[in-house]
Amino acid sequence: MHMADALISPVVGGAMLAASAGVAGYAIKKVQNELDEQKIPLMGVMGAFVFAAQMINFAIPATGSSGHLAGGLLLAVLLGPYAGFLTMASILIIQALFFADGGLLALGCNIFNLGFYASFIAYPLVYKQIVGKDYSSSKIIVGSILAAVVALQLGAFSVVLQTLFSGKTALPFGTFALLMQPIHLAIGVVEGLITAAVIGFLWKYRPEILEKTAAGDALGAISIRKVLVGFAIAAVLIGGVFSWFASENPDGLEWSIYHTSGVEELEAPEGIHQILAAVQSRIAFLPDYGFKNEEQETMEDAAGKGETWPAVEPGASVSGLVGGMMTMLLAGLTGFGIHIVKRRKRN
Amino acid sequence: MSSITGSFYNIRLLDELAEKKTMIHGIHPLIKILTTFVYLVITVSFHRYEISGLLPLVFYPVIVITLADIPVVPLLKRMMIAAPFIIVMGAFNPLFDTNPVLITSRLQISGGWISFVSILIKGILTILAAFLLISTTGMTRIASALRSLKIPRVFIMQLLLTYRYIAVLVEEVSRTVRAYSSRSPGEKGIKFAAWGSLTGQLLLRSMERAQRIYQSMCCRGFSGEYHVGENKRISLGDMAYFLGWSLFFIIVRYVNITAMMGSLITGA
Repeated sequence: MHMADALISPVVGGAMLAASAGVAGYAIKKVQNELDEQKIPLMGVMGAFVFAAQMINFAIPATGSSGHLAGGLLLAVLLGPYAGFLTMASILIIQALFFADGGLLALGCNIFNLGFYASFIAYPLVYKQIVGKDYSSSKIIVGSILAAVVALQLGAFSVVLQTLFSGKTALPFGTFALLMQPIHLAIGVVEGLITAAVIGFLWKYRPEILEKTAAGDALGAISIRKVLVGFAIAAVLIGGVFSWFASENPDGLEWSIYHTSGVEELEAPEGIHQILAAVQSRIAFLPDYGFKNEEQETMEDAAGKGETWPAVEPGASVSGLVGGMMTMLLAGLTGFGIHIVKRRKRN
Repeated sequence: MSSITGSFYNIRLLDELAEKKTMIHGIHPLIKILTTFVYLVITVSFHRYEISGLLPLVFYPVIVITLADIPVVPLLKRMMIAAPFIIVMGAFNPLFDTNPVLITSRLQISGGWISFVSILIKGILTILAAFLLISTTGMTRIASALRSLKIPRVFIMQLLLTYRYIAVLVEEVSRTVRAYSSRSPGEKGIKFAAWGSLTGQLLLRSMERAQRIYQSMCCRGFSGEYHVGENKRISLGDMAYFLGWSLFFIIVRYVNITAMMGSLITGA
C-alpha cells in the first residue's frame, strides 16, 4: 500500500524522507565498496523486471481473487539487501513520478515501508536465518512466507503510524490497525508464496545465482550489528517526530507511544526535535481563516480525545464559499487567458 | 492485462510531453524540482479542516498546464487512476468525525466531510504537481538535477537504467502474459502451478538481458558514468521562477486570499 502526499503532514514526510535517504546513503556506500560494476545493469534490469512483474495477476487458488507481487523481498534475495533496497527505491521513485503512486513527499514513507523492512529486517533476520546456505524447497517456502509476512506487517503498521502522526484522517488508531494488519497478513502470505515460487524455480534451474548472493559475494552480506545500527539511526529520526508529537499532545495515544518506546531517554533526538519543531511551528501554527478561528490551537491539543469544533461565524463561512468560487473562476480565467495569448502569438 | 500496456502508454505519453519546447520545459530541472517540493510542503501543511485557504494553490497547476501545453484530459484520466486510495482513506473521515459545523445559520455539515474535501483537494493538487514535474522535465533531466544535488552516481545510473528498461520489460511481460492467457481461456490470472515457472523464466531472461546490456555497454566504452548530454546553468530567469512561485505559495499559506475575496464581495 502506497502512502499518499495528501494523507501526510510535512513533518512526517520530511522525517521519513530523511530516514530513507540516510539508509539509502549507507546502502550506496556499501554497494560502491563491494560492487563489481556488472551489477549496476543487473540492478537496473531487475528493477524494471519487478516493476513489470508487479502488474501480473496471480490467481490465488480456491479464492477466485488474484494477488500481486510487491517485490521487496525478492529483490533482497536476488541482489542482497543493499542493492535490493536501492533498486526498490528506484522503482518507487519512478512510480511516484509517472503514476503518482504515493507521491513525492510521501516517497520517504514508501521507500521505508516497502523497501527498508523487506531488505534490512525480513531478509537478514527472518529469511536468511531460516533458509541459510543450504537451500531446500520447504525452507524456501517457509522462509519466504514468514519474511514477507514480517515485512508487510511492519510496513502496514508504519502506514498506520504515519497516517496517525500526520493527523489528516479521522481514523482512530485501533480501527485503522485492525483494518490494516489482517489485510496485510493475507497480502503477505501471497507475496511470500509468489516469492517462494520464483526462488524455488531459480534454485532448481539456476542455483548458482542464489548461492552467489547467499554467500554474500559481490553485493556483500549483512551483519546483524549493522542492521541494529541502521535501525537505531531510523529510530532516532522517527523518535524526533514521536517526541515532537508527544510534547504537543501530552495525552492520548501519542503520549503512550512516547512512554512505551522510551524515546525520551535518547539524547540525540533533542537536536532533531528542535529543528523539526521549529520547522513545524513555522509552517503549521499560522493564523487560519475561513472555517476556523483562534480556538484552532486548543483543537489540536484535543487530538486523540476527539476534536471539538470552534464556533464558526456563519458570515465567514459564506465569504469562504463565495471566495472559493471566485478563486476557481479566476484560476480558470487565468488559464484561459494564457491560452488565448499563446494562440495569438503563434498565429 | 490492459493495465500492463496501459502503464506502458502512460510512460510513453509523459516522455513525449517532456520533449516539448515551451517556457516551462526550458526552466532548469533543479528549479522545477525545488518549486514542486515547496508547493507540496505548503499544500500538505494546511490543517485538515482547511478548504478555502487551499484553493488559490490551484493557480500553480493551471498556469503551468497552459504555459507548458499539457493536454488536460489525459492528465485528468491519470489522476483518476491515482486517486482511489486517497478517496478511500478520506472517506473514513465523515464516518468517524461527526461533529457538526455551521456553514450558514441553517446549513450544518459534519467536520468529517470538511476534512474529506480538504484531503481530496490536497490529493488532486499533489498528484497534479508530480505529473507536471515529470511531464515538463523528463526522467533524464530529473536525474541530471539529482546528480547536481550530489546524489551518488551509482544510484542515478541504476535509476536511469531501471527507467530505460521498464519499457522493454513491460513489453516482454505483457507478451508473455498474453501468450499465457491465450492458452488458458477463462482464467483470472496466472494459475498457482505456473507462478514460479512463468515469473522465473521472465526473470532469467531479464538477467541474461542484463548481461548482454553490460557487455554492449563495455563495447561502447562504458566507464561508470551515464552522460545526460545537457549541462545547463541556473539562470536569473530560473531563480525568478522559483522565488516568484515560492513567494506566492507562502503568501497563500499566510493569507487566506479566498476568504478575502469572498468578504470583498459579501461585505462580511
